[in-house]
Amino acid sequence: MSSPSPSPDLSKQPLRLGPESQGWIRFCIIAAVVGVLSAVAHLFLAVDGDKRFFLAYVVAYGFILSLSLGGLFFVMIQHLSRAGWSVVVRRPAELLAANMPVVALLFLPIAVSVAMGGGEIYPWAQPDSAAVEYAEEGTFRESLAGVEHLYLHQVLDGLTMEKRPYLNRPFFLLRWALFLALWMWMAHWFLKHSTLQDETGDHQLTVKQETWAGLLLLIYALTVSFGAWDLLMSVNPHWFSTIFGVYYFTGAVAGTLAVMILLLKFLQGRGYLNEVVTVEHYHDLGKFLFAFVFFWGYIAFSQYMLIWYAALPETTGWFTNRGATAVREEMNGWLWIAILLVVGHFVIPFVGLMSRHVKRNGGGLVFWAGWVLVFHWLDIYWVVMPEMGPAVVLGPMEIGLAVALSAVFAIGLIRRASKVNLVPTHDPRLADSIAFENL
Amino acid sequence: MQDAASHPTPHGQATAATEQASAAPFAMLAEFADVTSVVNAARKTREQGYVHFDVHSPLPIHGIDRAVGIRPTILPWLTLAGGLAGFFGGLFLVWWMNATMFSGVTTSLQGYPYLISGKPIFSLQANIPIIFETTILLAAFATVFGMFALNRLPMLYHPLFKSSRFSRVTSDRFFLVIEADDPKYDSRWTREFLEKLDPLSIEEVDD
Repeated sequence: MSSPSPSPDLSKQPLRLGPESQGWIRFCIIAAVVGVLSAVAHLFLAVDGDKRFFLAYVVAYGFILSLSLGGLFFVMIQHLSRAGWSVVVRRPAELLAANMPVVALLFLPIAVSVAMGGGEIYPWAQPDSAAVEYAEEGTFRESLAGVEHLYLHQVLDGLTMEKRPYLNRPFFLLRWALFLALWMWMAHWFLKHSTLQDETGDHQLTVKQETWAGLLLLIYALTVSFGAWDLLMSVNPHWFSTIFGVYYFTGAVAGTLAVMILLLKFLQGRGYLNEVVTVEHYHDLGKFLFAFVFFWGYIAFSQYMLIWYAALPETTGWFTNRGATAVREEMNGWLWIAILLVVGHFVIPFVGLMSRHVKRNGGGLVFWAGWVLVFHWLDIYWVVMPEMGPAVVLGPMEIGLAVALSAVFAIGLIRRASKVNLVPTHDPRLADSIAFENL
Repeated sequence: MQDAASHPTPHGQATAATEQASAAPFAMLAEFADVTSVVNAARKTREQGYVHFDVHSPLPIHGIDRAVGIRPTILPWLTLAGGLAGFFGGLFLVWWMNATMFSGVTTSLQGYPYLISGKPIFSLQANIPIIFETTILLAAFATVFGMFALNRLPMLYHPLFKSSRFSRVTSDRFFLVIEADDPKYDSRWTREFLEKLDPLSIEEVDD
């Protein structure tokens, strides 16, 4: 039962990344340096200051974190459902998840901003001494003209102080230490068992992963939900939405599936995994992508509709800051990004990915994967950056940091990937997966 | 398929009398013991130029579509049509019922504008869930009933039920069935061709 028996299809081709991956790393280093330089140049040349740098950093961070978390979800759900089709595409997801230590390291600037108490990212991170007294707050409110009252949450006012037991610096840092540790441990656990099986061929390792996937998925659901509230929702401490964790999760999985499709196509273009990953696997990844594009739209609308219906000032303010309002005087440029998201993150890829022929056509699927990935970034951008104010800000800062963090993420990914096989070579369902066909 | 109406009995015994009247063959059956041989037989039948033939199997066979040369189904288009009908039908429904008040319409068909928590009478935000549900409902109906219609279901009788061998198709036997209305069908030549495929048995079933 546990005797390793390599499949004949696998013996014909490279199972590990060759020395050419060093060239990819060099490319990523250059991209990271260019990205950081453009962001730093922007930081010194523009007048926006630290706040914009840190918010743009959170956008880029939310983006790369989502790719790791999405990979972890993909691995867990395949084990939970004992899926056979996905074995040949599971290793890239395991590697994306196991890249979590790089993501954890990149959390440091956010931790520093919170610990220093400047409140650049999170207004609640300011020390208690910065709190505005209620009477004072009233006069403050009166002194503001026009739409600026919408950004009152950026002062440490009474409403934010009410949330002190949760939104305080030590507890935030403690939570994130726990989240990152749990995510790193879970991702490491799955990759460790999977790569151990490459050597031993022990089927019990698969059984073990299937047994624990359910419980770990529960931990995953809770930590991702709380993590999304902490990282992205609390940039506006007045606002709350219990569905926000699911909103981030759906975008994360859609983005991850897009990255997996692009990674597999990239590797196949360079002679890896050919005849192992077939059009049937792309077809299924395409179905998954289609489903999560729709799921994102469904959740985004659910979040919006309830807030629209209840019309509570605490929760509508978040949408008003992001342009989504019917009050003409309070509309701003972010409305265009909001409309772009509805159309570009939902309507267009939903129609585009609907056909079976598109999902089975390599070029078509790559196009939509790239499309969804860009809009996934834009989604996080629209969640965070409107905290800068009513004017849309998009420049070398946002794009540079997104490129830089993605490049650092990619370097970690390539280094990790070059140490393991690109397919789980002794998975008991490997032969099923290679021979898999959609009915 | 007119037979479905004239032979309401599900199984063959009661139709012995009518069998005499219509002696025309319906199809030639070739029985196989395993997937590989039936798939090979199907491929050869297609290469031979037969078009009206089918494979019956107790389990789904990967790649049988290509072997038989089955054209892609139009069912997805029916689903899309149902979905679009549900979308626009639902949109019309909520607009008519929530936001219109036309003079001259009878009371039972009249719209009923109702102000809820100060929202506009016609607001997409509130209507999208209903439109979503009608879209899903009609898309699902179109898929299920479209599948029934394309498969000509419910079908209470089929000439193949006359063959006692064919009853094993739901447990352990695989059948290649060349129908008599195929332009190339000829009782003698088709039998000769099927014999070359080395089946367990060959049987001609009358209509």
